[in-house]
Amino acid sequence: MAAVGRVLLILALATCVYGLGASLYGARAGGSAWVDSGRRAMYSVAGMAVIGFVILDIAFLTSNFSYNIVASGSSTTTPTFYRAAAIWATQQGSLLLWVMLLSLWSSLALFLTRRRVREIAPYAQAVLFVLCGFFTTLTVLFANPFATSSTPPSEGAGLDPLLRHTTMMIHPPMLYSGYTLLLVPFSFAVGALISGRLSAEWIQVTRRFALAAWLCLGIGILLGARWSYTELGWGGYWAWDPVENAALMPWLCATAYIHSIMIQEKRGMLKTWNASLILLTGTLAIVGTFLVRSGILSSIHAFVSDPTLNISFVALITVMTIGSISLVLWRRDGLRSEARLDSLLSREAVFLFQNLVLLALTAVIFWVTFFPLISEAVTGTEVSVGPPAFRPFVVPLALIVVLLSGIGPIIAWRRVTAAKLRRSFAFPTAVGVSTLVVLLFVPGVTRHLFAYLMFGLGAFVVASVVQEFSRGVRARQAMTSEHAPVALARLVRRNRRRYGGYIVHAGVAVALIGVAASTSFQHSRTATLKPGQSVREDGYVFRYVRATASASAQKISLGAILAVSKGGHHVTTVQTTYGLYPAEDPTQPIGRFFNGSDESRVGLDAGLTRDIWTVINPNVAPLQGLINKGDAVLTPALAQAERLPPAQQAKALNYLYGLRDIAIRELTQRFVSHPWSAQFLLIVSPLVTWLWLGAILAALGGLIALWPMPVRNRPRRPRRTSPRDAPSSPPAPVPERARELV
Amino acid sequence: MPPGMDPSRKRAIRLTIALTVALLLASALVYTSFSAGRDEFTASQLLKRAQPGRTYILAGTVLAGSVQRQGPALLFRVRDPKLEVSVPVRYTGEVPDPFAQGRAVLVDVQKGGTSEFIGQPNSLTTKCPSKYQAASASY
Repeated sequence: MAAVGRVLLILALATCVYGLGASLYGARAGGSAWVDSGRRAMYSVAGMAVIGFVILDIAFLTSNFSYNIVASGSSTTTPTFYRAAAIWATQQGSLLLWVMLLSLWSSLALFLTRRRVREIAPYAQAVLFVLCGFFTTLTVLFANPFATSSTPPSEGAGLDPLLRHTTMMIHPPMLYSGYTLLLVPFSFAVGALISGRLSAEWIQVTRRFALAAWLCLGIGILLGARWSYTELGWGGYWAWDPVENAALMPWLCATAYIHSIMIQEKRGMLKTWNASLILLTGTLAIVGTFLVRSGILSSIHAFVSDPTLNISFVALITVMTIGSISLVLWRRDGLRSEARLDSLLSREAVFLFQNLVLLALTAVIFWVTFFPLISEAVTGTEVSVGPPAFRPFVVPLALIVVLLSGIGPIIAWRRVTAAKLRRSFAFPTAVGVSTLVVLLFVPGVTRHLFAYLMFGLGAFVVASVVQEFSRGVRARQAMTSEHAPVALARLVRRNRRRYGGYIVHAGVAVALIGVAASTSFQHSRTATLKPGQSVREDGYVFRYVRATASASAQKISLGAILAVSKGGHHVTTVQTTYGLYPAEDPTQPIGRFFNGSDESRVGLDAGLTRDIWTVINPNVAPLQGLINKGDAVLTPALAQAERLPPAQQAKALNYLYGLRDIAIRELTQRFVSHPWSAQFLLIVSPLVTWLWLGAILAALGGLIALWPMPVRNRPRRPRRTSPRDAPSSPPAPVPERARELV
Repeated sequence: MPPGMDPSRKRAIRLTIALTVALLLASALVYTSFSAGRDEFTASQLLKRAQPGRTYILAGTVLAGSVQRQGPALLFRVRDPKLEVSVPVRYTGEVPDPFAQGRAVLVDVQKGGTSEFIGQPNSLTTKCPSKYQAASASY
């Protein structure tokens, strides 16, 4: 089946070449039959990629170690769920996933636009074939997922313990979906520029893809943050690491894009801006993919990465950058706006400011992320930059973004009068200012100015969203006499894009309140405790109740149970464990079980107002003497057993491995029976849960905005059960703005 | 801006303001980056330049097979990316979960009495491991 998979990839590459030729020929010679043939070629590429993916996944699920990547990334003891997902934990498998997702989304986009944008679609199709062809070429020539070995091992290396986490298995497909979906509007932008069809139509047909990309990337980033918080054992969720920034940059640009396209759709403005922005966003998606798999920033000299892969990505990024700039310059006359900005006090102006701030954020993150490379090029010395380099710029810019996200929904298009300003801003401003005033009386809050401001701005945003919903419901009720919940549901249903967007704004505000609180007001300490001992942090008392331990062939687990109390009252009990996975060193039959990879299981009590978070770092040094003695006995015994005739060898080895397992269990249990002190990291962090809840709310809003409108939008008539219910007087006139809201 | 102003002049003023703000931000960014960055040293650079009593950031990958525990201390060697050179490090403090042989690390060190370098407590960081890096060579 490996050969079948390989042939499918080669055929997919050939089909990409054919599809590219057919699309361009159809575009130039005006033959729609050739363009249709090219579109069907994309369907074929998607089909082949899916079949190849399934073949590889079956190999993982059946632990077929003749496949090199199955041997390197899985094992018979890896749980089934992780085995199925381990395909994208490898370079080759993840590239195949890229090909599959890109071809699937491309097929969907081309199917949905098969009767629209006929001048643009062939060129967009060609660009998608180039991108598909690029990634397929990588899998055919440089990173073959179907490479096999004639002498497969009896057991695989297994999945890195750090990756054995549900969120970490879903995180890559979400990110790749985001990246590949971004390439759809990118391709249609290129198609529009090449064909000269520069109206908003290409934006309208690809808007949902841009929004879906934003949603998937956001979910992927959230899952990564959650993994970091619950798995990595440092107590944080964002470290400004290059692989994190790689996904954040295109997400920020996509956020700017889905706002600014509204201006082009409504007012015919910002054409150059939107075209440039989506071209930049698509390029950043490829840059992000390159960053994560190239190793250029985890190791500056890239000595562990494949140089051929790196060169290929750099070449693609260069072509995309130069091509994008050239196209925009070529079509700059056609991209002139049809209208002008009427006033700085308008929704257009707010969106534009917001775009500028989001791009400034992206530029800061880009510069600081790549700064080690830049400094090496300029000064010849590698330089280390960490989170402190980001904060002076990111925090103020984030505050401005939040402020603008509260103003945007409540300010009118084109121009706003003083009276409208007062009416729209009064309530949210009052809520924001009241929040700041109330917080003045909370001890310690104003010491962290940015967090304090974020709380006020977050309240302002939530209030502005609540106001818009309230006005919409009241306006609808005035027209239809519906009950409030019904009016609300129908209001959202008929205006999904608008009200889904408002929910996103509220969600992001809540999430950033959580970020501000948990970063500024976190208390943490490291303590070394023996069972029975306790330590105090932020008013909480952490008492080490007892040690725990377990051992199996796959993992040794040493842990602790901690009782947490405050003011003499028991608050919670948390359990944290430290997992030790065996190394592959055959010279240490017992020691290798204590010297391999490790991972922390966080003891977490999450609440609406605070999280109590703890990890244990047990010291196995007290066992080292006994481990060394055991190795000294077992190593020569095993060597001797392996020299025995086959008939006796198996029995001898089984006996010795049985002794080994008993020794490991006994050693592990000493952590419980003769506990020694262990190091703990103890953290009390306020409002972390708001981050997760806010992000979920934002994702929900994104889904609502993405959901297609009903096919038939029937006008709603007032509910009447009998002639006696007919209104005796005509209904009150509904203001123009209210009609707009419903 | 005055209401009667020529629209093209308005646009020019807005563009000037926007570009000025962008330039100021960029200048601040460049200045902060160069002044806040700390030089990293590879194993070979450290062997040549390290003076006792000064703290350096050692960057490299953990040499395969070099990780040991000695009491509360973690012993490992950090290899140079280009040369077949590695330096021994004795470290005490928090060990991040992703720490493993073959992983890229940064650790603050001072030159010890013998040839080894003493890692500063809780200074060990492991860069988020790329899942896709090839197995590092051991020598």
